[in-house]
Amino acid sequence: MSDFTIKNLNLSSISADFNQVFNFCVPEGQCLGITGPSGIGKSILLKALADMLPHQGEVFLGDVESQMIPAPQWRRKVALLPAESQWWCDTVGEHFHEFDETLFAQLGFEKKVMGWHISHLSSGEKQRLACIRLLMNQPEALLLDEPTANLDKGNQANLESIIADYQKKYQIPVIWISHDKPQLERVCQQLLVMNKDHYELRPLSGVQS
Amino acid sequence: MIHLTPWDLVIASGMIILLAITSLLLQLNIARQLTIAAIRNVIQLLLIGYILKLIFNTNNLFLLASIACIMLLVAGYEINARQKYPLKRWVGFKVGTSALFLSSFAMVLLTLMVIVAPTPWYSPQYAIPLLGMLLGNTMNGISLGMDKLNQSVYQQRAIIEQRLMLGQSYHEAIKEIRTESIRTGMIPIINSMAIAGLVSLPGMMTGQILSGTPPVEAVKYQILIFFLIASGTGFGIMLAVWMIAKRMFDDRQRLDLAILKVK
Repeated sequence: MSDFTIKNLNLSSISADFNQVFNFCVPEGQCLGITGPSGIGKSILLKALADMLPHQGEVFLGDVESQMIPAPQWRRKVALLPAESQWWCDTVGEHFHEFDETLFAQLGFEKKVMGWHISHLSSGEKQRLACIRLLMNQPEALLLDEPTANLDKGNQANLESIIADYQKKYQIPVIWISHDKPQLERVCQQLLVMNKDHYELRPLSGVQS
Repeated sequence: MIHLTPWDLVIASGMIILLAITSLLLQLNIARQLTIAAIRNVIQLLLIGYILKLIFNTNNLFLLASIACIMLLVAGYEINARQKYPLKRWVGFKVGTSALFLSSFAMVLLTLMVIVAPTPWYSPQYAIPLLGMLLGNTMNGISLGMDKLNQSVYQQRAIIEQRLMLGQSYHEAIKEIRTESIRTGMIPIINSMAIAGLVSLPGMMTGQILSGTPPVEAVKYQILIFFLIASGTGFGIMLAVWMIAKRMFDDRQRLDLAILKVK
């Protein structure tokens, strides 16, 4: 697959508070962790990378820059999992084109989940289903915004391994926002620590997939 | 036809005054509004009565066009009034007025030139009442549809963004909201078509019958008007909803609610 490269990314058009310029690269098959105090703009940064917010600078997946292809196509390639997933139909099944038995089973769901009502799901179930929904689009890069914040230990490990499997299989770059230090050390090879007007990159020992 | 004397209207206004006094005694707080509305009603209608008399006598196309323009601009402005999440004033006026213009004027021109075809085609006796009915109803429809659209998009913005994140185009992400908004705007006219004759006698038909037109003749006109209003309203709402929905996204299909007054 391809490296994910950010060149001179500037978010000052969203708010004057975000005045730093980002330059970093997530090589294929690797994971970059992002951490930092709440409200510092981690989620904003991720949304901009998915071209969901106006920004200056360039974002490359391989040699494709985000503005070179239509926005929906970019968002299917560079897939963002938001901290809180949203559902617009009544049942789970209406949000999926097809049923992928292995993927659903890995996150602890049987086929009957497709008939469940969204209003009866726990936040943990929603998050796991959102992850499946995202992976079924076959993304070429993943942007994860606190993907395991609502999950218990068992489901957290499940989700981590699903993402690791997918990452390994397709050798895709991943960006992972988390406040959980041990988790970042488990999954990431690089860490970006965000502060108000500067950031720093540190190597991490995470097992490379 | 029996002509009304000023004395007849005085008796009717006596009823209004009686209602105002009763509501004052019962402290219903509507006496003031009721009185103002009744006085406005008299002044506005008398004024338009004399203006219509003047226009009917001259048969002047320019004069007619000016009146039509004023009617259009007022309706275009009123569309955006009384909305829960209104569009910014200029955007709302532009979208509303152009949707009204395209749908209502097209319907009126079709009627005047092809269907009823009076001589001359711009005969004000036909043109002004037709345009008034179309503008009034289309304005209501667009206003309702717009209210539903703006409110739904504002309340469901997280869902729309989620759908965009999953790679849906803005068309897909807003499809259900758009459909619902158009349906909402169409409900009043569909209802009144469905119950016409069973529950209510439509106002125009009543008026024609009162002034001595044979009922079947009045019915034919009423059917024509219903069909014109329904198509004019439908096309007007579709145009307005499509135009606004498009303006709620930027060139990279990001949800951008800068056109709403609230943010």
